[in-house]
Amino acid sequence: MAALVIAEHSNAALDDATAKAVTAAIQISSPVHVLVAGSNCQGAADAAAKLSGVEKILVADDARYAHCLAEPMAELILSLAANYDAILAPATANGKNILPRVAAKLDVPQISEIIEVKSPDVFRRPIYAGNAIQTVEAKGFKKIITVRISAFAPVAMNGNAAVEKIAASADPGLSRFVGENLSRSERPELTSAKIIISGGRGLQSKENFALIERIADRLGAAVGASRAAVDAGFVPNDRQVGQTGKVVAPELYIAVGISGAIQHLAGMKDSKIIVAINKDEGAPIFTIADYGLVADLFEALPEFEKALGV
Amino acid sequence: MKVLVPVKRVIDFNVAVRVKADRSGVDLANVKMSINPFDEIAVEEAIRLKEKGKVTEIIAVSIGPAGATETIRTALAMGADRGILVKHEGEIEPLAVAKILKAVATEEQAGLVILGKQAIDDDCNQTGQMLAALLGWPQGTFAAKLEIGDGEIQVTREVDGGLQTLALKLPAIVTTDLRLNEPRYASLPNIMKARKKPIAEKSAGDYGVDPAPRLKVLEVTEPQKRRSGAKVGSATELVAHLRGVGVI
Ligand SMILES: Cc1cc2nc3c(=O)[nH]c(=O)nc-3n(C[C@H](O)[C@H](O)[C@H](O)COP(=O)(O)OP(=O)(O)OC[C@H]3O[C@@H](n4cnc5c(N)ncnc54)[C@H](O)[C@@H]3O)c2cc1C
Ligand SMILES: Nc1ncnc2c1ncn2[C@@H]1O[C@H](COP(=O)(O)O)[C@@H](O)[C@H]1O
Repeated sequence: MAALVIAEHSNAALDDATAKAVTAAIQISSPVHVLVAGSNCQGAADAAAKLSGVEKILVADDARYAHCLAEPMAELILSLAANYDAILAPATANGKNILPRVAAKLDVPQISEIIEVKSPDVFRRPIYAGNAIQTVEAKGFKKIITVRISAFAPVAMNGNAAVEKIAASADPGLSRFVGENLSRSERPELTSAKIIISGGRGLQSKENFALIERIADRLGAAVGASRAAVDAGFVPNDRQVGQTGKVVAPELYIAVGISGAIQHLAGMKDSKIIVAINKDEGAPIFTIADYGLVADLFEALPEFEKALGV
Repeated sequence: MKVLVPVKRVIDFNVAVRVKADRSGVDLANVKMSINPFDEIAVEEAIRLKEKGKVTEIIAVSIGPAGATETIRTALAMGADRGILVKHEGEIEPLAVAKILKAVATEEQAGLVILGKQAIDDDCNQTGQMLAALLGWPQGTFAAKLEIGDGEIQVTREVDGGLQTLALKLPAIVTTDLRLNEPRYASLPNIMKARKKPIAEKSAGDYGVDPAPRLKVLEVTEPQKRRSGAKVGSATELVAHLRGVGVI
């Protein structure tokens, strides 16, 4: 029949996660349509029209979708569901929040965070913090899927999809947006950065994270963190990499003062090159590092920065 | 207001998981099992709401084998008032769990259900959202802060860009994130007291729910192993290596 991909976007722009979810959708059903629901989201809709391999963009532009609240979003997706045999969303905070609500209303299971499409009915997904990979078959019902974006390459942006405006659907009026506190950063997004440098409890303070940030700026890298560093308030929550934080797979991941608990490894072990800097030779992070430096980070980081030159 | 806290019995987060040789699943024989860490946070939050006088009773529910009684006892020792064990052997999917929880929430006339955001075994992150859909209630997922007001609850959520605050009409569903609170340890007297707290035993059938999985697990395999590479002598050497492979 067809696949519907729920776009991740900021109204003005389309998030890279959408192009990755489309890659998965193309392998499951065709044609592929993309839903851009937002408020003043023409920018995102225009960008979505360029997604290669997509036939049509559905645009629901209405104030009720401004903050991507789960209840009205689920209603909108449900109003379209009959036309699709697969509905996918990137496994972002929004995708994870909305899609199970859609699945339950359709009385079908959801397949969370797929990392591979084996066939249109068979998917692989990590369980137990990525310590095991499950292959599941979903046959005989509508497929509701979230896509682990670090596992799929984005489609090219040279398409020319039709753009169709659709009406907003009912707003159940159950929840209300109160406010947000977004951590602004000039650095690349964690989930799309080519290089990530992450700090852990070993950094000891918020101030010391400057050692990491200076190197990040030199490398054009994103800054990540372990749970311990977030819990201690060194960096905001959205920097957490791991089983229950963000899952990343950059070209280069540099872990500094991070021990390498399985929950952290779950979020970064598919990075191409992993570097670990830790003063404890026995730290588990070294078992997966391509380059390990056993050293005090307070000496190693300034030396690293110096070696990068001016 | 009554609060329902679903608690799942899962492999302890410190245990190294082993995939079974026959690829049928993960080896759970003789491994340490614990309450799902996010559910422990949910129990703690419910207790804090009760201590503030916002909540009258806390009911811990677990769907699982007889061993899940221990998981309920953990919640009771922390401060939950009573338990419900919905006995079930083998796998059960989030949708079936949500259907059972819907029936329990309705029967108990709960005003709030606090779940974990994710079970650390199946890593599904679905049950709370599904339960909200089935009940027609609002949801505040990945909660870092809760505040109960007049007929509504304010939930500050951990989202991709930072934090977002929503106001939900009660009754509502909340799922916990790591920063919501730090769960207490149960004291010895409370562990003793918990032994006397009631746990009702039920089955999925009692709630008219078919617990059979809809997805078919074809196999469970080990992830690709990464090998550890070389140790380097200094940060200068490290930079030279990274330049050498062209990654910086
Ligand atoms: C349900 C659950 C979910 C979780 N989810 C996540 C998750 O998503 N992401 C995550 O990261 N964690 C997660 N965790 C936490 C995880 O188990 C670990 O506790 C956490 O990753 C540890 O962080 P850390 O490595 O920074 O701290 P530690 O384990 O304390 O390690 C600090 C490291 O710094 C090194 N160090 C100290 N000083 C120096 C120095 N001067 N120079 C060099 N090295 C130094 C030490 O040798 C040590 O190895 C989760 C846990 C649970 C229970
Ligand atoms: N078998 C179960 N028994 C009790 N609660 C459960 C069960 N399965 C899931 N839950 C609840 O749902 C949350 C999310 O689980 P999941 O959707 O499987 O990741 C858990 O943290 C629990 O609060």
